[in-house]
Amino acid sequence: MKKRDREELLPLLEKMWIIRAFEEKVSELYAKKEILGLIHLGIGQEAVAVGICSLLHQDDYVFSGHRAHGHAIAKGADLGRLMAELAGRSTGYCRGKGGSMHIVAMDAGFVAATGIVGGTIPLALGAALVCKEKKKRQLAVVFFGDGAGQTGAFHESLNIASLWKLPVIFVCENNGYAEFTPLSAHTVVSRLADHARTYSMPNVTVDGNDLLAVLDAAREAVQRARSGEGATFIECLTYRLRGHYEGDPGKYRELSEVAEWKAKDPIARFSEMLKQKRMASEKQIREAEIEARARVEKAVDFALSSPWPEADEVTKQVFA
Amino acid sequence: MRELAYYEAKFEALGEIMAADERVHLIGGTFLSLSTRRAIYQELVKKYPGRAVSPPISELSFCGLATGAAMAGLRPIVDLSTGSFIFEAWPQVANEAANALYMSAGQTRVPVVFHIFHGIRGGGAAQHSHSPQAMFWNCPGLEIVLPSSPRDVKGLLKTAVASDNPTIFVDHVQLLEVRGEVPENDKPIPFGQADVKRKGSDVTVIATSLEVQKSLGAAERLAEEGIQVEVVDPRTVVPLDFQTLLASVEKTGRVVIVDQCHRSCGIAAELAARIAEEGFDKLKAPLRRVTTPDVPIPFSPPLEEFVTPSESRIIDAVRAVLR
Repeated sequence: MKKRDREELLPLLEKMWIIRAFEEKVSELYAKKEILGLIHLGIGQEAVAVGICSLLHQDDYVFSGHRAHGHAIAKGADLGRLMAELAGRSTGYCRGKGGSMHIVAMDAGFVAATGIVGGTIPLALGAALVCKEKKKRQLAVVFFGDGAGQTGAFHESLNIASLWKLPVIFVCENNGYAEFTPLSAHTVVSRLADHARTYSMPNVTVDGNDLLAVLDAAREAVQRARSGEGATFIECLTYRLRGHYEGDPGKYRELSEVAEWKAKDPIARFSEMLKQKRMASEKQIREAEIEARARVEKAVDFALSSPWPEADEVTKQVFA
Repeated sequence: MRELAYYEAKFEALGEIMAADERVHLIGGTFLSLSTRRAIYQELVKKYPGRAVSPPISELSFCGLATGAAMAGLRPIVDLSTGSFIFEAWPQVANEAANALYMSAGQTRVPVVFHIFHGIRGGGAAQHSHSPQAMFWNCPGLEIVLPSSPRDVKGLLKTAVASDNPTIFVDHVQLLEVRGEVPENDKPIPFGQADVKRKGSDVTVIATSLEVQKSLGAAERLAEEGIQVEVVDPRTVVPLDFQTLLASVEKTGRVVIVDQCHRSCGIAAELAARIAEEGFDKLKAPLRRVTTPDVPIPFSPPLEEFVTPSESRIIDAVRAVLR
């Protein structure tokens, strides 16, 4: 492990806590029917979002899938506008027309989420092509789950990315389940990074709940992209501590398995590491959580006091 | 005024577009089809290396690539070649590109042009002969353009590239050799501006794409019998200049709509519905459609001819509305 400063690492804990606090609050609001629709939470997967996005600049392009809140937050999306969008209010990023699965926070460089598994993977190729041509060392990142690894879009995109040497990072959050069934019911390939090998693309599989491991992999991939060396595939082994969607009874997972992964919680592990290495005090660690929950409360106040969109919103922005 | 072949006007347009804006990229290479004219297109590839690229045969990903590139500031024109191939890219066109501006409440613009050659081409059979434009009309957020003449293809292609919306540019290989007047220093043709291609007082024939040319041929033959046909070409169905169509309906009271889409839910079906809604009291006879029947396109030449909307079928339909 490289020598790292407290200044560099404590903010990453704070960021993970913001995502955790946000997602837990969304779950609470969903149960109270203040948020409706289809919600997919990333509780337990925070280290992947933070590890990757902490190395990106505002003008790097990030794409995600249906479980996108954490990625958007890690990339710099405003919590209030994000919460308002989930709550369908006119002050949301998408004026209430996108919702949880279609978050767009262009000001933060979060370009698109999608409700279609694999839907944003080809989009990331295009953004990467633009980055390659502009020669300003920008790159594109696309997050997707293990379920996307069986789609045509996934394989076609790995092919083009390797063929055209595009500055794109494919980040696979392999949480072992594609919707309600284990990965083994979807494919004989247990490590999705192997697919990258088919296309001669540099690839790595890491413990996605170890923020430092994610950071190390990300650092190398970002460097490769910025220096014109092309694409990287990073497979992050992780686990979603809640159901596929809010309301999912989750009967397809053993309680012992959930407990096993709870013990590997990325936030707990990182906090422990910071304490052990004396990079943060017990007090600072507790404050990270308290601060995060306070910020999320403000976001909720903003969102729930915001107006609903007017009826005439439905015909706006169909065409530019 | 000078006369150009359609493919010449199209090639001229591509050249001017590429020269004017370096954000324009060409993805795919059969803009002048697989005909002998294709070699001309190579001139553009040579002139703009890096801006005219040939992707692998994976339409889903390269249409997604074009969409994502447009989101990031490029203005790509993607050539799907045969219209049927756009089915491979459907999720990216209909579910990502078409929705992006709306779902993002205007944060994301997708200035991409998806170029296809639609329709019955001569021996393409069922899998190479689709006219998917009406299907796209049912996906809000996509502009749909159907040029029918050398002047129109040049003017409309320029507007398609300048548009910030995702645009389906619906061309037809049998238009490529059609000759017509193209002014020097022509101007881009705005979308939502129909064109009365031939004035007449007896029957309105509304047609798109190649069927405009066939309708003009039918009008010539009918003129010999003293029947004056007005041929109206919407040029774009999204946005649609319905006012011009309606004005012609009001003038003649008799309508024939010609379209190479299949009969059910084709372009003609939607135009007919709108005319029935807004122009009913102007009609002197029930309107007629001349379309491809609801069958997959057969291979054998006489069978293919049988299903294709033709000049004779247009003439028959005009006679029918005059009875």
